[in-house]
Amino acid sequence: MIEFRSVTKQFPDGTVAVENFDLVIPPRKTTVLVGSSGCGKTTLLRMINRMIDPTSGAILIDGEDTSSLEPVKLRRRIGYVMQNSGLLPHRKVIDNVATVPVLNGVAKRDARAHALELLDTVGLDRSLADKYPRQLSGGQQQRVGVARGLAADPNILLMDEPFGAVDPIVRAELQQETIRLQEGLGKTVVFVTHDIDEAFLLGHQVVILQKGGHIAQVGTPAEILAEPADDFVASFVGADKGKRKLRIEKVGGRDIVVDEAGTPTGVLQS
Amino acid sequence: MNLVAEGIAWIFDPANYAGPQGWIVRLVEQLLYTFGATAIAAVIAVPLGYLVGHTGRGRDLAVSLSGGFRALPSLGVLILLGLGLGIGFRAPLLTFVIIAIPPILAGAYAGFESIDRKTIDAARAVGMTEWQVITQVEIPLGLPLLIGGVRSSLLQVVATATLAAYVSGGALGVFIFEAFATSNYPEALGASILVTALALALEGIFALVQKLVVPRGVVAKELKEVRPRSSRPLAVAGVPAQEGK
Repeated sequence: MIEFRSVTKQFPDGTVAVENFDLVIPPRKTTVLVGSSGCGKTTLLRMINRMIDPTSGAILIDGEDTSSLEPVKLRRRIGYVMQNSGLLPHRKVIDNVATVPVLNGVAKRDARAHALELLDTVGLDRSLADKYPRQLSGGQQQRVGVARGLAADPNILLMDEPFGAVDPIVRAELQQETIRLQEGLGKTVVFVTHDIDEAFLLGHQVVILQKGGHIAQVGTPAEILAEPADDFVASFVGADKGKRKLRIEKVGGRDIVVDEAGTPTGVLQS
Repeated sequence: MNLVAEGIAWIFDPANYAGPQGWIVRLVEQLLYTFGATAIAAVIAVPLGYLVGHTGRGRDLAVSLSGGFRALPSLGVLILLGLGLGIGFRAPLLTFVIIAIPPILAGAYAGFESIDRKTIDAARAVGMTEWQVITQVEIPLGLPLLIGGVRSSLLQVVATATLAAYVSGGALGVFIFEAFATSNYPEALGASILVTALALALEGIFALVQKLVVPRGVVAKELKEVRPRSSRPLAVAGVPAQEGK
């Protein structure tokens, strides 16, 4: 469990990125922080592994105040996946995946053997192990980034807009992979995105943020869709637009779900 | 016989290359100056450049310092130092160290600066200590530009080392100064050919070294001249390798 307790972050230039933020992130679930740019979502994420320290307030991981922990040690037990993968260009795929275990003192041979298994886990062919990151496609690099994030078997996985730079088809694949991995491995995933559809797809808990890290609404996707807390949320999730207002039409004896404009979106199953 | 042939004949005359006054000894002196001054300059400039490149602090100072040092006229510095330190090897050596510092300093910090910030951020985020970020990420990725700087220093010093003879510091300049004093043009030309050949040989060797130290997975580009007050991401070193390269 990760707990934010009245966390405020003011940057040296005076910008208040996050103000009085409270949130409980449940274990073994995916929590998505979603909002437009400048809402402080990445700042919140980076405060969990102390890439950024809060100006005031506390962040607790399983009841332990992170400010009492050594940042380097903390980061090594939290997986981190970033946009554009952030792989080391001068190291082979396999060594990139093995980075954290090696830093933790695992023998290189063992770390590499484990890294090969992780390539399987994230759906990459083992033949890519000896390639360099630049020789991989964007989607493949992102998978390597996920494998690296999982390498030290962390309980927590932080994902900072990891699929922002890949094309829609690959993105959909990676999203499904993320769901599968989270369910299979039972990690606590904290995911940052500006895409509300991605948030609803991945999140057990979705946190909609407004400027300054103010929470507009927290809930399951269904709760948020059913009862948007205010106009901002309604507009952000698109409830005020046609695509979230679905109705059923009978077509040839089947119940077809269509949106407000009448565009079919699916078939109702009995 | 024309002058070039006379110059070459001068080089191959045993009377000129053998013995303690021969050009082989002078060439070794030239090389000692070159590598000695570059090594001393590296010991000073590399840690300093790394510090500037890693922290981003003192960059303006480093840029204007290396720019200013480059503008110094070598002969003037040599004479000035010669007046203070007397004749012999010390004044030339110190002069050459001063000449060698700017390119190495620029290569060291530009090497670090050329690295994608996201790569460094990611290295930190997965749990590397500052020291590990420097040794495992910044030094290997910055190496091509540093070697470029060292190469540039060596070339500058190997040519300038000829001036050492001006304050009785030995090296190949001995022949050139002597030749001009006695109007012995074959000797002047022979010695000049030697200096040129030496510079070309070094250039060739270091071009090769520079290629070899580029980390696999990245393709290096040449360091463009680092000028004072340039915008920050001037040097682009780690350009993505294309597939199949």
